[in-house]
Amino acid sequence: MRITQGCFSFLPDLTDEQISAQVQYCLGHGWAVNIEFTDDPHPRNHFWEMWGLPMFDLRDAAGVMMELNECRKVYGDRYIRLSAFDSSHGWESVRLSFIVNRPKQEPGFRLNRHEVAGRRVQYTTTSYAADRPEGQRYGAS
Amino acid sequence: MSPPGAAHSISETPPTRQVDLRHEFNEVGIGEVLDQLDRELIGLRPVKTRIREIASLLLIERIRKRMNLTSDVPTLHMSFTGNPGTGKTTVALRIASILHRLGYVRRGQVVSVTRDELVGQYIGHTAPKTKEILKKAMGGVLFIDEAYYLHRPDNERDYGQEAIEILLQVMETQREDLVVILAGYGERMDKFFASNPGFRSRIAHHVDFPDYTEDELLSIADLMLREMNYKFSADAREAFVRYVSLRKTQPLFSNARSIRNALDRLRLRQASRLVADLDRVLTADDAMSLEASDVLASRVFVKPIGE
Repeated sequence: MRITQGCFSFLPDLTDEQISAQVQYCLGHGWAVNIEFTDDPHPRNHFWEMWGLPMFDLRDAAGVMMELNECRKVYGDRYIRLSAFDSSHGWESVRLSFIVNRPKQEPGFRLNRHEVAGRRVQYTTTSYAADRPEGQRYGAS
Repeated sequence: MSPPGAAHSISETPPTRQVDLRHEFNEVGIGEVLDQLDRELIGLRPVKTRIREIASLLLIERIRKRMNLTSDVPTLHMSFTGNPGTGKTTVALRIASILHRLGYVRRGQVVSVTRDELVGQYIGHTAPKTKEILKKAMGGVLFIDEAYYLHRPDNERDYGQEAIEILLQVMETQREDLVVILAGYGERMDKFFASNPGFRSRIAHHVDFPDYTEDELLSIADLMLREMNYKFSADAREAFVRYVSLRKTQPLFSNARSIRNALDRLRLRQASRLVADLDRVLTADDAMSLEASDVLASRVFVKPIGE
């Protein structure tokens, strides 16, 4: 099941050229671009791990692409996303976030039904991949 | 956000067979930049020639691209060698704007660094630090001043070597994203290149900045004064001619920088001369002119016995 989180996730995967153009758009607005990765893509998992520090003061997308390629070399089998942080007053939050790398196989989520008192049902989702320990979830390594 | 031209125009329009060179030249607007270079930078013949050559190459390269005559992106990494105050930094700034106009670099910013900003203080500190700088310089020009400090021959465990390796790698693989300019004093740069052959071969343009002649130094002084809205009186200029020829023979002479410093000291003396006589009416002309006495009060004219 293809995971749809953040911007552009209903579109086909962005090419590097398209990613680079998006990054340039962010930089043009003075946002700091971050690279984050995870192998636990649960929709409630907001805290992905950061690849390096947020990149402030960049002028050109090539710098971000360089880091992204480094990150893909190491964590190419996981989800990687870029997020753009706007530090200007009144915003001070993420303005744009999109997935730039995903595993080859995306097993998706199981819907658990938990029956509680009075025939009520509580639902929860669990990632099939997350059954395995961290680092072994998506095939490689 | 991306600059006009670049990738799109090639695939969409059929290849051009004929190009009006003059029109192309004017359109890019480098003529203006080159003229400005000629006007504002005195002397530096070999440097200007080289910049013109590079500009022509890039212009032709642009046109060739439109004609679908593809070739590799030319390497533009440069090394500037020359004595102190010969204008290396100034030229580096100009180069960036020329390359930007020609569309060779996308943003045209200059990130000027020295060893401190590239090399870390403990193991594992250097690589992120160097990369940080490289990322900031992407799309523009990375200017490394006094580059020979990166290599410390007396200490083989110096972290400078690590920075050099990262630099070399990026210079090779991301040629279209970044232009690296190394600058430093002639002899020490030669030693630096001798111990880092990788650097020498990756840099296509070695530009040597000659020392200025006395005439050139005077024109530089005139230019600086004009920018600061000052002028020499006739005998002050004469005195300054003598000042330059004397100063040139003294140790620690650093070309245009020495001239700038001398002019700053002249302004000080002029100001205190004017302030010494409070009961006069000061005209704009008075406030602008530097007198011979301002020049002659310099220490250069004192016989160097007492020093």
